[in-house]
Amino acid sequence: MTFDRYRRRKRVNVLVSALAFLCAAITIIPLLMILGHLLAQGAKAVNLDFFTQLPKPVGEVGGGMANAIVGTLILIGLACLVGLPIGIIGGIYLAEFGNNKTGWLVRFMSDVLNGTPSIVIGIFAYTVVVLPMKRFSALAGGFALGIIMIPTVIRATEELVKLVPTSVREAGLALGIPQWRVILRIVVPSAKAGIVTGVLLAVARIGGETAPLLFTAFGNQFWQRRLDQPIASLPVQIFTYAISPFEDWHRQAWAGALVLVAMILITSVLTRVVTKGQDRSMR
Amino acid sequence: MSSSEAFPASGVPPRAGGTNVADRLFKGTTLLFALSVVAIMVLMAGAMLRTALPAIRAFGWHFPFTSTWDPVAERFGALPFIYGTLVSSLLALSIAVPLSLGGAIFLVELAPHWLAQPIAFLIDLLASIPSVVYGLWGIFVLAPWLRTTVQPALGALLGVLPLFQGPAYGVGMLAAGMILAIMVIPFISGVSREVLMAVPNSQREAALALGATKWEAIRTAVLPYSRSGIIGAIILGLGRALGETMAVTMVIGNRPEIALSLFAPGYTMASVIANEFAEATSDFHLAALIEIGLLLFGVTILVNGLARLLVWSVAGNGAATVRE
Repeated sequence: MTFDRYRRRKRVNVLVSALAFLCAAITIIPLLMILGHLLAQGAKAVNLDFFTQLPKPVGEVGGGMANAIVGTLILIGLACLVGLPIGIIGGIYLAEFGNNKTGWLVRFMSDVLNGTPSIVIGIFAYTVVVLPMKRFSALAGGFALGIIMIPTVIRATEELVKLVPTSVREAGLALGIPQWRVILRIVVPSAKAGIVTGVLLAVARIGGETAPLLFTAFGNQFWQRRLDQPIASLPVQIFTYAISPFEDWHRQAWAGALVLVAMILITSVLTRVVTKGQDRSMR
Repeated sequence: MSSSEAFPASGVPPRAGGTNVADRLFKGTTLLFALSVVAIMVLMAGAMLRTALPAIRAFGWHFPFTSTWDPVAERFGALPFIYGTLVSSLLALSIAVPLSLGGAIFLVELAPHWLAQPIAFLIDLLASIPSVVYGLWGIFVLAPWLRTTVQPALGALLGVLPLFQGPAYGVGMLAAGMILAIMVIPFISGVSREVLMAVPNSQREAALALGATKWEAIRTAVLPYSRSGIIGAIILGLGRALGETMAVTMVIGNRPEIALSLFAPGYTMASVIANEFAEATSDFHLAALIEIGLLLFGVTILVNGLARLLVWSVAGNGAATVRE
């Protein structure tokens, strides 16, 4: 009898293990399907025109998203102007001086900001940039994306700067170097690779953001050099084309999605590989 | 291990007559940048509150409980959107939670390292795919599949329940719930994994030493230890689902009606903002949309705050961040 019970327990154990494995397997199925469809549909649609041509008007076949690709890069650049100073310098504060109530408050707010829906941040950018300027603009889009970057950058900077051993700081201070120079010339440079990783992760995250751009950067079918004018971006262009009724636009939406995902995955996979190596060397 | 603990604030041996000016300047500057995060949050709430004021004044407490949404007559109520947001998010959680937890248990407790590593990597990869790409896939792959295969089958099997009645459109609440489930899995799974890994090995060893099987050790030692952290992970996933915009907008059907059936189209708070904001017909329309944004903001702050506290209580300060 005890033997039976033992067998039953063993069986339950095997069953639950199998179920758990099934759960893990099921969760990666959608990823494989999405990547599969992207490759199949996108590869059919991507061609040289896609990277060099402007969108064609409704009804004409062909054209590309050259302006949207450049637009996305411009928006990312503008976002960095907003997000990087606050993220990196704020992160240095948290790591070096942040062991107090102020640090707790900043960390908490940064976490709340991280959980704030990006569309809400879009509304914020609308009220403080679009309304006063009275028009949609690249600046407003970059501002929204920059704010979305902050939590990722600030957290990465804090963690990586904290990883620098205290002995390094002590060595600098013992030589009589003032604390600010120790931090700027010794501590931060040793954490540089990690901070760059955090920045790239943040860029990968905002590169695909669509919702906050709908009513800040808006969109544009043409080239736009001026930053106070609406600008095209890859995610918004994909959205517009995907919900349109035109077959050729659907094809281009897949092409755009493939290019966007390729850009993002390459960035995030590369940074992950770099971080993995670094984590190990630092521990 | 901040250095301000180990050293006096100036960082150099204290001199008679005060602290080092450059050090204080440096500290002050970094403090200013750090505090700008707080300023942004305050400014965000303030700016939205100010622009939403006309709508708040006009509708007061009726706003979240009225189901009319008529931009032409300028009568606005957010109930259908609140309903759609809640139902789609809860549906997503009911699919995502068992899968993420089962997966996390497998990866942390059962799988050999060589298998766990790549699977965890793939699940994390799900988080880096942009929302609009999920939406694209939802429109052209998921929704047609639901329309032709899943919904007829569910209707035939469980059609007696009002949840599964009505014509199969493909797009609708069910599609939104499923796409959201796929999107929150990496968050719930990632945080759950960190929480499980934070359980001390001695707990597992104690249970195993008493003769428990692996599953019994998980059930009696690991899960109770990490319960509040796992609840935190789930609430964190809820926060993501509530605010998710693009993918949902593309597959939910965008109709401001409250229908019991999961096959019927719906609308969410985030989607109505995405669809109508740029083309708002009047300042008053805009104010009503911003008030919806404000409600969404408030709810996500509450939900995230709660989740962070729960996760922090188990896994320490760092675990609440999912690496994106």
